[in-house]
Parts: sequence; structure tokens; C-alpha cells
Amino acid sequence: MNQEKLIEMVRQATRDVFGTMLGIELTDEEAYVQESAPGPSEGVMALVGLAGRWAGSGTFSCSAESARLIAGQLLMQPYESIDDEVLDAIGEVTNMVLGNVKTALEEELGPMGLSIPTVIYGRNFTTRSVAKSNWTVVPFLCQGQRVEVHLCLAPSKEAGGLTRLAKDQLSAVLSILD
Amino acid sequence: MALDVMIVDDSAAIRKILHRVLVQADVPLGAVLEAGDGKEALEKLKSASVGLILSDINMPNMDGLELLSALKNQDQTRGVPVIMVTTEGSSSRVMEAVNLGAAGYVRKPFTADQIKEKLAGII
Repeated sequence: MNQEKLIEMVRQATRDVFGTMLGIELTDEEAYVQESAPGPSEGVMALVGLAGRWAGSGTFSCSAESARLIAGQLLMQPYESIDDEVLDAIGEVTNMVLGNVKTALEEELGPMGLSIPTVIYGRNFTTRSVAKSNWTVVPFLCQGQRVEVHLCLAPSKEAGGLTRLAKDQLSAVLSILD
Repeated sequence: MALDVMIVDDSAAIRKILHRVLVQADVPLGAVLEAGDGKEALEKLKSASVGLILSDINMPNMDGLELLSALKNQDQTRGVPVIMVTTEGSSSRVMEAVNLGAAGYVRKPFTADQIKEKLAGII
């Protein structure tokens, strides 16, 4: 999978979702590749799994302040704190961003499935994945605050990739709960 | 005449947005029922009838395509137009929905105008 092409897919999908649904213009920050998936130490993170001939995980993460802004723009009402509606909104934004990345990827990698998002909010948490593949990190500035899309994909050794995907996601969630 | 509508999506945010778009589109709304997945939608439709359904595809328990198939196999819901509103954009998924009898297909992210345009062709 061409790294530059993957980054452009993520940028296009994220800009499209934020521009169309939120009326927010994002500024691209420099994308990079990292070996692990540390994510933020606090804030909101939504995680989805991708499965097919290639499988992996994708995340969207932002600060609590950005999460309230994003939910407010999506639902056209202010949010003073992180509640179920804010977490649901971040889950749906993640679903739309990574769903559109998935659609773009399917042209090269064949049919893929997308899991229902899992959303996490807290302080001092860490994430870890057992997947050996590198993570592509695509950051943006959203009204002055950093938001990030992380994507990890690898050829699946198991039929459909579902078993491996489930293991990866479970590992990521368990390490958050540790 | 008022139109009763059902919105099926596991995201409460999207259900809220679609409800707002229906109001903005000047649809003569009657009751607006909501369901978080296909199974809940079918359960609610046992005791209520609607004239339009907007449904996501990727949902837990029963997805939108399974729901669409079930609706088209029941006499009381076969004629209800179903518009799929989903992130699923691959041509194979669109064709699957069309073959199952979807009246329209809108990809997320969507604008209010795209929803209004689909509604105009159906109601």
C-alpha cells in the first residue's frame, strides 16, 4: 500500500466529513509513520476495526475541548461537558471518516468490513496494539486544536481477517482498561 | 397528509440530524419513530406503520441490508420506500441495496440538500 496515497485518502475523507457535516475547514499537519500506537494520554478516542484481505484498526482522537466543539457543530447545540451525546457524535464522525477511507481502500484492496466504533474518554490512558504493522498518523488542526487519525493495516493471514482483527481490538481495549 | 417516518441508525447523533433535515425539508411530518438497529425497527413496525424509512447499513444486531430484505418480504412493509443513508459507498453495496429494493441511497457525509433531493423523488 502506497503510504502517500493512504495519507491522501485519510486527508480527503477527514476534510470531507468536517467540511460537509461540521462546516469546519481543517488544516493539514505533517503526517508520519510510527511503530506503536500511543495515541493521546487524555481526551477522546474512537476506535474501529477494518477486515478483509487486509485488516487492521483506525482511530480518531482529539482533546475533550475539541470533542465538545465537534459535537456542537454536528448537532448545532453547545456542550459544556463530555456526555453520551458528545461521545456518540465522535463515534459517528469516526465512522464517517474511516468508512470513507474504507471505501477508497476497497478500490485497491477488495471488499472490507468496518466495525461499530468504540469510544473512550478519560485521563492518563495508554493504548497498545499487538499488531506488528506500523501506524500511519495523519494530524490536522481543527480550529487551533490538534486532532489525529491513526490507521494500521496489514495483509490478513486468516480468512477474512476477522479473527485477527478481533484479537487486535480486544488487546487495544484491554490495555486501555489496565 | 402527515407522513409518519422511521429513522434507523445506531448513532443518536445521526437520528437527530436526519430528523432536523426532514423538518427543514418541509416534509409534512407526522410521527417520527427511531430505532438503533434493524431488529428494533422490525419490532416497532409490528405495532406501527410508516410511510418512509431512512436507514443506515452498518449497525449491530441486524444491519440495514438485512432490515431492507425483511421489510420487502413482509406484506405490510413491502411498499414502504426505504432510503439508505450510510458510509458504505462501494458499488457492490449500492447495487446490493438497489437489488433488495432500496428507493434511494445517500452517502455519509451528506448535505441537507442531498437528503431533500432524494425525498423529492419519493414523496
